[in-house]
Amino acid sequence: MERTILHCDMNNFYASVECFLNPKLKPYPVAVCGSAEERHGIVLAKNYKAKAFGVSTGEAIWQAKQKCKDLVVVPPHYEEYMKFSKAAREIYEDYTDQVEAFGMDECWLDVTGSTMVMGSGEKIANEIRERIKFELGLTISAGVSFNKVFSKLGSDMKKPDAVTCIPKEHFKEMIWKLPASEMLGVGRATEKKLSSFGIRTIGDIANWPVDFFTRKLGKCGTDLWRFANGLDQSKVACVDAEVPVKSVGHGITTLQDLEDSAEVWKVMLALCQEIGHKLYTYNKKATGIAIDIRDNTLYTKQWQRGIPVSTQSPSLIAREAFDLFQARYEWKNPIRSLTVRAINLVSTDFADQLNIFCDAEQMDRQERLDHVIEDIRRRFGKSIICNACLLNNPKMPPDCETKVIMPTGVPT
Amino acid sequence: MNEPEYRKVYVDVTVLMRKDGTLLPKSFRWEDGEKYPIDRVLHITPAASLKVGGRGTRYTVKINGMERYMFREEDRWFVEAPIIR
Repeated sequence: MERTILHCDMNNFYASVECFLNPKLKPYPVAVCGSAEERHGIVLAKNYKAKAFGVSTGEAIWQAKQKCKDLVVVPPHYEEYMKFSKAAREIYEDYTDQVEAFGMDECWLDVTGSTMVMGSGEKIANEIRERIKFELGLTISAGVSFNKVFSKLGSDMKKPDAVTCIPKEHFKEMIWKLPASEMLGVGRATEKKLSSFGIRTIGDIANWPVDFFTRKLGKCGTDLWRFANGLDQSKVACVDAEVPVKSVGHGITTLQDLEDSAEVWKVMLALCQEIGHKLYTYNKKATGIAIDIRDNTLYTKQWQRGIPVSTQSPSLIAREAFDLFQARYEWKNPIRSLTVRAINLVSTDFADQLNIFCDAEQMDRQERLDHVIEDIRRRFGKSIICNACLLNNPKMPPDCETKVIMPTGVPT
Repeated sequence: MNEPEYRKVYVDVTVLMRKDGTLLPKSFRWEDGEKYPIDRVLHITPAASLKVGGRGTRYTVKINGMERYMFREEDRWFVEAPIIR
């Protein structure tokens, strides 16, 4: 049976929420930007008036102001965005129990089972669009198609406050002429690679032999070919589906560049406190570690390796991350931001194969100590206890807690 | 003619909580302290206020023979008040 999948995308989400909550902003070009003092001073979202001046997401505030000198810059209010995102989801859930979020402002809905009762996909999409406008004061653009990839493409085709249908009979005329980069799964690197072979449109991808993509891009290449030919079969997850935790990471941009290893150690140790806490909450242990380092020329490099014994101890993870850093980083430039990730997670219920050279008793003591610290933090707050070297670090932002969950990836 | 401007005014509200859990506003106290009885609640719906920026449950009410909107935003109530210049 042919599926009916909707993709709903809230237009200029952060900027729209800001303009809704403060209607006085509406007549002006508005950009929601991170804090320049904390070195997050980039454009996170902008309204259509700012877009008309060429302001684009990701550029620095000063660049945006050069293009539009009257630009109104407002700070982000993530708690408000979360509330709107949740309210939109509640509306979607009136139509189906298969609602899968893709970031805060986008969702897929599989309404196949509801079409007999509620009407066609297009009718449902229009009803949702009207309800979001009336109940939340925001606009969405929706795509209606027979798979997730095409419904997402549809929601990008007409904006704002519009519905685009891509039926199975017409997808070739509607989609194949679009640039390859419009399709989910084709990022900047893939686009570059494809264009070096002369593949520029989605139609080009569809019409080249699948073996070519498998050879050049591996499994992802086969997926791209399938997507372009309308063969994406990936399901829309159910509302209550739990996404398995694959890695736990934490990263920050420091207030000033880090100049030596001692400074890096302090930041890593601070980041690992949060990682340890999350691993503890998820009941997971890490068997690998990954670090991402970005220097002050914005050059980013990532390394990863396994750790001898699985652990959730913040200090052990920090030590492993720091060892990896010491072994690999050549200090050509000072460091602007760094991220530590615990990877290859296993359940704590798993029996552990100990290494012959490790001191099991010492590890056990460390684990008990970590649990006591965790318990103290649970009872009296996160900042009640910390390593002495982490007190008053002028390079750490005041609150480095992660607040936003970003999109997870391409459908598989 | 320019659209009139509005501001968001949070107000104290006396409500009746009915046995089925629904709330009915009975009266509210304006900023100057004066209390206004609500004659009737005409309509209840989830809605956004584009005039002042807020959303929640919108109550269309009759006060002194005039129709007005009152919004319950989480656990507070607000009304759209025209700015008189």
